[in-house]
Amino acid sequence: MIENFDLTMVNWARGQFALTAMYHWLFVPLTLGISWIVAFYHTIYVRTGSEEWKNLTKFWMKLFGINFAIGVATGIIMEFEFGTNWSNYSWMVGDIFGAPLAIEGIVAFFLEATFFAVMFFGWNRVSKRFHLFSTWMVAVGSNLSAVWILIANAWMQYPVGQAFNPDTARFEMQSFSEVAFSPYAVAKFTHTTSSSMLVAALFILSISSWYLLRGRHVIMAKRSIVVAATLGLVASVFVVFNGDESAYRIAEVQPMKLAAFEGLWEGESGAGLVAIGVVNQDKRVDNEEEPFSLELRLPGLLSLMANRSFGSFVPGMKDLVYGNEEQQIVGAAQKMERGKLAISNLDGYKKALKEGDEEAAALHLAAFDEHREFLGYGFLEKPEDAVPPVALSFNAFHIMVALGSLFPLIFLAYLYFSIKGNLEERKLLLGGGTLLYLLGMVATQAGWVVAEVGRQPWAIQDLLPVSVARTNLTVGTVQTTFFIFLALFTVLLLAEISIMAKQVSIGPKED
Amino acid sequence: MIANLDYPTLQHLWWLLCSVVGALFLMLTFVQGGQSLLWQVAKSETEKDLVINSLGRKWELTFTTLVLFGGALFASFPKFYSTSFGGAYWVWMLILFTFIIQAVSYEFRKKPFNILGSRVYEFFLLINGSVGILLIGAAVGTFFTGSNFQLSGYNFVTWTHPFRGLEAALSPSLSSVFNIALGLFLVFNARTLGSMYLVNNIDLSAVPEMERRLRKACWTNFCCSLPFCLYVVVSLLLMRGFGIVDDQGTIEYVKYKYLLNLLANPWLLGLLLGGLLLVLVGALRTAKTSSTAGIWFGGLGTVLVGLCVLLLPAYNNTAFYPSKVDLQSSLTIYNASSSAYTLGVMTYVALAIPVVLAYVSYVWRAMDRGKMKIEDTGDSAAY
Ligand code: HDD
Ligand code: HEM
Ligand code: HEM
Repeated sequence: MIENFDLTMVNWARGQFALTAMYHWLFVPLTLGISWIVAFYHTIYVRTGSEEWKNLTKFWMKLFGINFAIGVATGIIMEFEFGTNWSNYSWMVGDIFGAPLAIEGIVAFFLEATFFAVMFFGWNRVSKRFHLFSTWMVAVGSNLSAVWILIANAWMQYPVGQAFNPDTARFEMQSFSEVAFSPYAVAKFTHTTSSSMLVAALFILSISSWYLLRGRHVIMAKRSIVVAATLGLVASVFVVFNGDESAYRIAEVQPMKLAAFEGLWEGESGAGLVAIGVVNQDKRVDNEEEPFSLELRLPGLLSLMANRSFGSFVPGMKDLVYGNEEQQIVGAAQKMERGKLAISNLDGYKKALKEGDEEAAALHLAAFDEHREFLGYGFLEKPEDAVPPVALSFNAFHIMVALGSLFPLIFLAYLYFSIKGNLEERKLLLGGGTLLYLLGMVATQAGWVVAEVGRQPWAIQDLLPVSVARTNLTVGTVQTTFFIFLALFTVLLLAEISIMAKQVSIGPKED
Repeated sequence: MIANLDYPTLQHLWWLLCSVVGALFLMLTFVQGGQSLLWQVAKSETEKDLVINSLGRKWELTFTTLVLFGGALFASFPKFYSTSFGGAYWVWMLILFTFIIQAVSYEFRKKPFNILGSRVYEFFLLINGSVGILLIGAAVGTFFTGSNFQLSGYNFVTWTHPFRGLEAALSPSLSSVFNIALGLFLVFNARTLGSMYLVNNIDLSAVPEMERRLRKACWTNFCCSLPFCLYVVVSLLLMRGFGIVDDQGTIEYVKYKYLLNLLANPWLLGLLLGGLLLVLVGALRTAKTSSTAGIWFGGLGTVLVGLCVLLLPAYNNTAFYPSKVDLQSSLTIYNASSSAYTLGVMTYVALAIPVVLAYVSYVWRAMDRGKMKIEDTGDSAAY
């Protein structure tokens, strides 16, 4: 079905997707989170009529606008990159995957784009109430766009509501509601939006802490902090619980990903969660290296997280690659054999149809149906290929979780000292606080690395590996666009940071 | 009711919906046209700010319509999405680059410490307004002139020309001339619309010189667009096309295919002639009278012409994305669409489009009740 291809090209295309997506994600969480916070500030202004809240709203809105512009610039490439770099993917799953992208455009992007203009330029042009309404609509629109893109992404992780059609040789949608209301998508959406709220709260704390250290805009900084730390606290606690829900879903549908981000090579009952660990980079499923050069495990917790029971069995990467009869786990090795049968029978079916041999076609189709479940595995070269990059997944996951456990404490500290009224004297907290946004960014980027790298080698989990998903391009072509994106996005990012920093140092208007 | 629509009807409906979005995009390219006029019509910094801030209230709308166009094609004609974007790689990449640089330019141009300086961002806007639209036109041109690709038995695309899509504009052939002519027509039309919009949107009483330049630019650009328009229309009437000739979906060259399509669907001819007439009226009103309403005629006219251009190569058993090197690989609305189920679901979603149009026009009216004034460009939120 797929002839010789150049693995280097596939890797460059992956790199390009990762590059553009991660740049996009530098701006998206702030848009998602701060749009709500700005709407809160705006509401307080409309309720109180106070000029100070108005200036404060305008200030954060301005920073929002700078961020928004570059978020849009990096977003358009994502929309088309599925076609340019992953065209086989686009054809094979476009029936399902295209729908949420189109819906996102219709129901979300237009809300954002239309009301954005009112929010920014409407101060003297529309009524106060319509203006406030517009600010809320921007927040709703942004987060609706997250709904749909995350439904699309969740579907790649857990492809429900579809069936392979041998006549068209592509996956077709069977149930829209299964796709849209997939439990995986719900977990993803809640985790992503709440963590974005958290990131935005950290952004506000960082800037406000800097003002307090400098003794500038003190009142506005304190006001900003109270609202942001409260929202941030709620969001950060939610993120922890909800991250646990994500892990539970993964244990169910992507056991390999879970094993990879916990560095679990051999399955065990009562598996422990690694609190601190240094991964041995040379460890593979088919060698006897030690998995960690340093590790501290909390016994039973991984089993608890994965199956909600301390003693339960969690499969390791070895079990998933070679199978484990005792636990009734079918390994990638066996799935590959059946997958190859599915592919050869699909080819046979196509050929027989072309030759008009209906009898042979029917036989091939029956054989295909027997093995169709494992079609994707037929494209793998060796069973070991089913293992994602372990060290990267492990580190990303543990960085995210470590930071996730820290953030609620920080919000608590800010709130505590705000209520006590001596926040300005806590120089150490404020000094460290200026870096919070950076930490938030690290956590949220790490989250996507966990989600996406952990899915490898699949573009669609178990159904379509990235090597088949790609476009037929030369390495040179993809490299060229990779470096153009790298250069262009980096220049734009530097410009954005520079503009942002300048606006922060100018600060809000004070009357 | 939607549940009862049969597959071919859904396929026609979705091509129509995509075409409507595409045609609306062409109308909204008044933003790009305005950008490319910046240097010509605005001589002072104040005038520039007026133009940028006036366009700056609308650019997102154009941009989002382009994004929706991509999304709608992905959902409804995924084989086109994969074949064209993956195959004609460089054309689309270049188009995308011009939109990436556009998106930051409004917000960054005047902000202190923007690293590149205002002139560079203005240059970005010019590139987007000229090269971006030209290439989009050339890409649409291939709907009629064909492209160089082959699909495998599993519908995976192989592009047979090393330029990967850029040959649409760069190969020494009649096809390229046609594609470029269409592109230039769109560029000049966008500029015509741009000047109409600016005349309508800005309070010009304080800048009479700019008003004179705008009205003049409208006429010059309209006149410049005419020869290209004429060339495109005459070529269309004379050229061979790619027709579906039997029930198996076999594609063959058909002489005078697009002329035949017009004759088979006279309403398409109506769209074309009516549209061109409306643009003419808009241009005349803007250039020769003191009216500010030209944009409404020009805009509607462009939508009608755009609809005709996009429907002509798809309806009446025609291959809308033909392959020159392997006729049977050509895409038609029948072989390139999503499944009936997906098209059905998406049709329910499409019921939201009128709602979107309604609130977009409501906001447009609310925000444009007063014209853009010099004072507005000094606002703290201004671009
Ligand atoms: C969780 C949310 C989320 C995720 C995972 C993504 N985006 Fe995004 N996107 C947004 C949330 C968002 C947003 C918050 O709505 C943005 C960011 C800044 C903005 O202006 O809107 C946006 C902008 C944005 C735009 C510009 C829209 C406009 O015209 O206003 C496009 C085309 C995309 N995105 C497409 C994508 C694609 C194809 C993604 C898949 C990889 C993707 N985004 C990941
Ligand atoms: C915005 C946040 C995202 C980030 C940071 C991100 C990160 C990544 C990374 C790092 C890779 C490369 C993995 C590897 O090759 O090892 C990747 C690949 C990919 N991701 Fe994402 N991703 C994001 C969002 C999404 C979303 C929302 C989608 C789908 C809608 C998506 C779809 C894909 C696809 C199609 C690929 C290429 C095929 C593949 O390598 O699986 N990504 N992404
Ligand atoms: C203790 C806390 C946390 C736990 C247990 C946790 C758990 C997880 C898990 C298991 C995933 C993978 C989901 C998948 O592969 O589909 C994930 C993804 C992600 N995480 Fe976390 N997380 C935590 C904290 C955080 C924090 C603090 C942030 C950001 C500030 C964050 C941001 C993300 C993002 C953006 C993703 C990708 C989207 C997604 O897949 O849902 N997480 N998280």
